[in-house]
Amino acid sequence: MPDHPFGKSIPRKEGRKKVTGEALYVDDLSFDGMLHGVTVRSPVARGRIKNILFEGDLPWDEFTIVTAKDIPGGNFVALILNDQPYLAAEMVNHPEEPVVLLAHQNKYLLEEARRNVRIEIDELPPVYSLEDSLARKAIIWGEDNIFKKFLVDKGNVEDVWSSAHLIIEGEYHTGAQEQLYIENNGAIAIANSEDGVTVWGSMQCPYYVHKALVKLFDLTEDKIRVIQTETGGGFGGKEEYPSMIAGHAALLAWKSGKPVKMIYDRAEDMVATTKRHPSKTRHKTAVSADGKLLAMEIEFIIDGGAYCTLSPVVLSRGTIHAAGPYYCPNVRIKSQAVATNVPPHGAFRGFGAPQSIFALERHFDKVARKLGLTAEEFRRRNFIHEGETTATSQEIRERVDMEGLLNKALELTDYHAKTRRFAAERGSRVRRGIGFASFMHGAGFTGSGEVYLQSVVGAEATADGHVQLLAASTEIGQGTNTIFSQIASEALGIDFDLIEVLQPDTSKVPNSGPTVASRTAMVVGKLVESAVLGLKQTLIGSGFLPEAYSSQDFQKACGEYIDRFGSLKTAATYQPPPNVHWDDEKYQGDAYGAYAWAVYVAQVAFDELTYEAHVEDFVALQEVGRVINPVLAAGQIEGGVAQAIGFTLFENVVWKDGRMVNNQMTNYIIPTPADIPPIKVYFQENPYAYGPGGAKGIGELPMDGAAPAILNAIENATGLVFTEVPLLPEKLMEGMLAQS
Amino acid sequence: MARLLDVLREELKLTGTKEGCGEGECGACTVLIDGQIVNSCLVPVAQIEGSNIKTIEGVAQESNLHAVQQAFIDHGGAQCGICTPGMVLAAINLLDRNPTPSESEIRTGLAGNLCRCTGYMKIFESIVKACQSNR
Repeated sequence: MPDHPFGKSIPRKEGRKKVTGEALYVDDLSFDGMLHGVTVRSPVARGRIKNILFEGDLPWDEFTIVTAKDIPGGNFVALILNDQPYLAAEMVNHPEEPVVLLAHQNKYLLEEARRNVRIEIDELPPVYSLEDSLARKAIIWGEDNIFKKFLVDKGNVEDVWSSAHLIIEGEYHTGAQEQLYIENNGAIAIANSEDGVTVWGSMQCPYYVHKALVKLFDLTEDKIRVIQTETGGGFGGKEEYPSMIAGHAALLAWKSGKPVKMIYDRAEDMVATTKRHPSKTRHKTAVSADGKLLAMEIEFIIDGGAYCTLSPVVLSRGTIHAAGPYYCPNVRIKSQAVATNVPPHGAFRGFGAPQSIFALERHFDKVARKLGLTAEEFRRRNFIHEGETTATSQEIRERVDMEGLLNKALELTDYHAKTRRFAAERGSRVRRGIGFASFMHGAGFTGSGEVYLQSVVGAEATADGHVQLLAASTEIGQGTNTIFSQIASEALGIDFDLIEVLQPDTSKVPNSGPTVASRTAMVVGKLVESAVLGLKQTLIGSGFLPEAYSSQDFQKACGEYIDRFGSLKTAATYQPPPNVHWDDEKYQGDAYGAYAWAVYVAQVAFDELTYEAHVEDFVALQEVGRVINPVLAAGQIEGGVAQAIGFTLFENVVWKDGRMVNNQMTNYIIPTPADIPPIKVYFQENPYAYGPGGAKGIGELPMDGAAPAILNAIENATGLVFTEVPLLPEKLMEGMLAQS
Repeated sequence: MARLLDVLREELKLTGTKEGCGEGECGACTVLIDGQIVNSCLVPVAQIEGSNIKTIEGVAQESNLHAVQQAFIDHGGAQCGICTPGMVLAAINLLDRNPTPSESEIRTGLAGNLCRCTGYMKIFESIVKACQSNR
């Protein structure tokens, strides 16, 4: 192993298990006497439950049956507002809402039983769209259908409108998107009043599940144990939903006294679990004659679905990112998350930012056009610089060079020559176009979020000189195990192979916070670094380790220390970087400790005969602080861009009466190996003082830029202005026919 | 009737073969039947009497990984790992048929296997590298 693993492409720590099929995912586990569990769900969007009937010629006395009245503690999924029940008791508020749980040893009989439970409901008028919710066609949540509102007000936009050279308005929409991790949601539970509740599951956030189960069973924290099994993708889709399925499996286990496994099939996972929030954004932008931004008024609305769940925080991130990496003296952003009678929308990579950035980067191409400037020149005149302030009046204190990134990205793609060539080639059946988007993405929890989380990471040395890292941060494919080991190995100056990352198990690891928000490398990684440096200081301070040492010296010192004192453990708790201030009331201040900055360029071929838009080439250039592991980091960017291409051109959730009706991989299309262009990834590194070894977060960033870049390229190719994703061939056809 | 996938996973405890969609779209349950690549979720077990089934568990020779497996580890071809067993088998099957595939042949050869993590770039690269190490 290299002496300095930081910055090197060390192979994934659990790679061997994964390529041999030895890695154990939740559905690969089995327990003696285990039952299978299923969920019976609401057939309608909204109404009052009248009756639950168990019909058909089935041995119902063999089944474990759980309804709301069997819940030992609180009937809510503990999260932000605690408004979502585990099982609907009187009212149902969305199609597929869980009402009854069934368990049986025979999963085929169980499926038949599920079909023979009839839930009688007196239907009430539902609301299916963001517009109808805002218009209050029915009040379906609280007093006004609104989960959360934010107002960001910098300067005074009202002073500007009358004197502006131009005012340009636009409206933009984005659709729901399914996370479509290839491993569906699943959990196994063992539960009884003596031992408490133990859950194994596919998840991003073991302590979210832990917190929810404490409330659901009204047990003390030590009676709940949550263990993350190998997790086959998350992308946000396993941020909050595992609390639901784990609770359901545990309720069945509690009542039956037997282990219960609950694994969704694809259809259930798609129809019942969370998706990306659909959004609508309105922009009103004032500019001067020389193309400078004077005022931006932005209205950003997201559809939260039937319960609040994570919508306030999704809204927050979308709101803060809505004005992008630009300096504008006057900015007003009004945002709302509204209720509809569809399954709750939730976390999905980017968390509101891809929606608001899509709107902004489409709108700015329009503003440039109205000004008679090129898309790049308009942005160049308005990029934010060190010392200037964002929409939340956060002064940028790091070196930021958006102009340099833009110039480099245009050079890498031969943008100007291609723009000319594609224009000259018009008239052929395949029209080509090129477009870009420039954007930033904040890493870590918003505002004071990290301070409230108070994350902790532990490190423990073994007598043979290995170092175990104890954190609840999960490996979900993004490389947590590997980068944590690199950070620890680099900080200690010992062999990479001496570092072990413990499987997240709430009975063994401290709460290092959820695995979300591009926070694992930057925030938790910094705690890993601090925790292992604590080990080193203890060893040096106690005289067992000299200042200069080898891996072998370190191992020997660990053995001697443990011989003498019994154990060697340290823990590190989150400390905010200095001079970070956030005002939760005014939504002003330092929204994020650090941002990643990026320019993405898409080249599109549009076929006039088939109306297909195909992304032919894609360049992703970003500044992300120090890169810990180039192959893993590029893998994050490539995967995120592929998901974003799906979001833009393929992935269309078809709704009927509040229910996803194309809940199959057959007709909800994600990109295949044949659909993805070469994705060329470039990093620029500007070390961030408070990230481990200078690293910033990158996980969500690649979801942000592709959609506007692709639609900007389609506009370049066709002259057609589209303002909505997904943009399917039928929409392109309508646009072309309307043009001719 | 039980699907081949269920028999492999539940009766033979060969859990390396995964279920992603249950309808032959994602390729997570890919196995080789007499050298032919199939989705085991679509195969009734009665159809395979007398056939030779190869699953991911049969790819590495004792502790020696197949060149494709090693390349997936070295070049970032696996992220969350849930599509990996199927992807590795699809790649091996492709290289058995065509030891030096072009990029477009790789894309076509893997088109029945979906991955949500990687964006496929590192998978393509892993296969190219596996071809080179085979030579």
